[in-house]
Amino acid sequence: MALAETKPVAVGISRSEVEDFLYLEASILDDWDLDGWLELLCDDASYLVPPNEAPDADPDDTLFIIADDIHRIRSRVKRLKSPDAHAEYPPSRTRRLITNVRILESSDAELTATSNFSVHRFRRGGKGGVYVGRYIHRLVREADGFRIAERRVILDAEELGALGAVSFIL
Amino acid sequence: MNTHPYIIDNPAQNDFRLNRQTLVDPEILTLEKKRIFDTCWIYAGHDSEVRKPGDFVTRNVAGRPVIMTRDSKSEMRLFLNTCRHRGAKVCRERSGNTKRFYCFYHGWSYDNDGALAAVPGDDAYPDSFDRSELGLTEAPRFEQYRGFWFACFNPSVPDLETYLEAAKEYIDLVVDQSPTGTMEIVTGVQEYDVEANWKLLVENSFDDYHLHSTHSTWLEYMKDAGVNIKVPKGEGLVLPKRGIGKNLGNGHAVIDNVNFRGRPVATWISIYGDEAKPLVEAAKAELVERLGEERAERVANTNRNLFVFPNLMINDGSSVTVRTFWPAAADRMEVTAWALGPVEESPEMRKVRLDAFLTFYGPGGFATPDDVEALMQVQQGIAETVNEVPWSVMTRGIAKEGEQLNSDELHLRTFWRRWNELMTGAEPRAEAAE
Repeated sequence: MALAETKPVAVGISRSEVEDFLYLEASILDDWDLDGWLELLCDDASYLVPPNEAPDADPDDTLFIIADDIHRIRSRVKRLKSPDAHAEYPPSRTRRLITNVRILESSDAELTATSNFSVHRFRRGGKGGVYVGRYIHRLVREADGFRIAERRVILDAEELGALGAVSFIL
Repeated sequence: MNTHPYIIDNPAQNDFRLNRQTLVDPEILTLEKKRIFDTCWIYAGHDSEVRKPGDFVTRNVAGRPVIMTRDSKSEMRLFLNTCRHRGAKVCRERSGNTKRFYCFYHGWSYDNDGALAAVPGDDAYPDSFDRSELGLTEAPRFEQYRGFWFACFNPSVPDLETYLEAAKEYIDLVVDQSPTGTMEIVTGVQEYDVEANWKLLVENSFDDYHLHSTHSTWLEYMKDAGVNIKVPKGEGLVLPKRGIGKNLGNGHAVIDNVNFRGRPVATWISIYGDEAKPLVEAAKAELVERLGEERAERVANTNRNLFVFPNLMINDGSSVTVRTFWPAAADRMEVTAWALGPVEESPEMRKVRLDAFLTFYGPGGFATPDDVEALMQVQQGIAETVNEVPWSVMTRGIAKEGEQLNSDELHLRTFWRRWNELMTGAEPRAEAAE
């Protein structure tokens, strides 16, 4: 019996369902199917990358690296699809490895899951880098599956440093 | 290595060229550290980062590891972060509050005014061992202007205010946004490297010429959000409609633009949200009451990208960013960027300010990553071609009489002329238009 099924917090939702969803999101992002990714989001979704030194901070009073509401997420996607988004033209090749998935809280309507990631980014000429950290997804259960209400991407590095920018969807 | 001069500066012939060797040669970087970073006032930090006695932050200033702290008597200090015994850093935290700095290697400790406080087993030292001479070493000069603290590692230079020359007026325009003249650094620092020579970021940070080609996706985003991105026309503008580039003396320069894309202290735009509209209007009304109509208009409705020689940018537009950078190598710099806001700002307006910051600036913004990419492309383009293609052209506006526009290159030439003077001892030079 899987451990998650014995945990009282995971009301009616198994860890493997959450894993399947996170793997699906990872594959959509690695394929640069950005419109497909938007379909995974709630209408009021947010996408947050807090500053390296304050991972638990609130974007209302702290300068984040990224703090997008749904409007800016859609604008970000529109921008990234343009050949004039020079930092991502040609688009970076990425490969995401996601592990250590855990459901932290859950109710009938929504759940919060954490997972570890390493996102390998490749650019021409050997450039790129490995972004290592932790996702915290707040997921809402809808009739046809999960939707993302919030995804917080916490980088483990002490500073962004040689990674340079977060110009793609991390 | 080509043997041309660093710059060819001949305004009478409308000629200004930059030797690309200055952007790739590690030996030139070694000279820059000595002749520029060891002789100029270098931005160290902001008053608000160490508010209470005992507060400290650690960082590098002019390449040196330092501790900026407010000691127990509230005096601001900038210590070199190295133990007087055998050299280890005495503070390893990013920030905090302490009465003492402690070197874990042999256990020496220092009071937060720098005095050597404790030496384990000090009976082994000879009589000549003098604790009073073994306190933490301070930067020879450490002075502030309106909350911005600068260090200079050459003790015999004129004071900071003399050094800043006309850049002071532009710092005033930034700081006057606060009812009490008190700005603060907002939590959340952006630290990222750019694989390019540091001087390329000086140029890029106040180069309006690249806006339309490099940042078309940002302009598109603003347009989609209902912001009028057209340059304003007509009478009654505080500045020429395109904005101007200006030499502020001592290598400092600015581009000074009429605001037409929103500012949290002056002009509401749709991106801020309806709730913010009365708050922006109230911020503007406070400025008018405090400063009078004319000055309020200047503070509120003009943007400025202010360059303080050699490595500080204060960009005061849709939000205020303070940005400094250090050359880790000839082809790599470490950038540190903060957001700055008035201490009195309400939580709602602070949110608007930070939001406005992120749409353009920073490693996840809609513009900065494309700047970073542009600088990397320059570095890759020039690194191995300097012999065949030795010169970059920097003559925009040089034949013009009168004011120079923000999309001209007078302000870039101002930087390079001062850089060349310090590097070579060349005589100061100006253009007819200045």
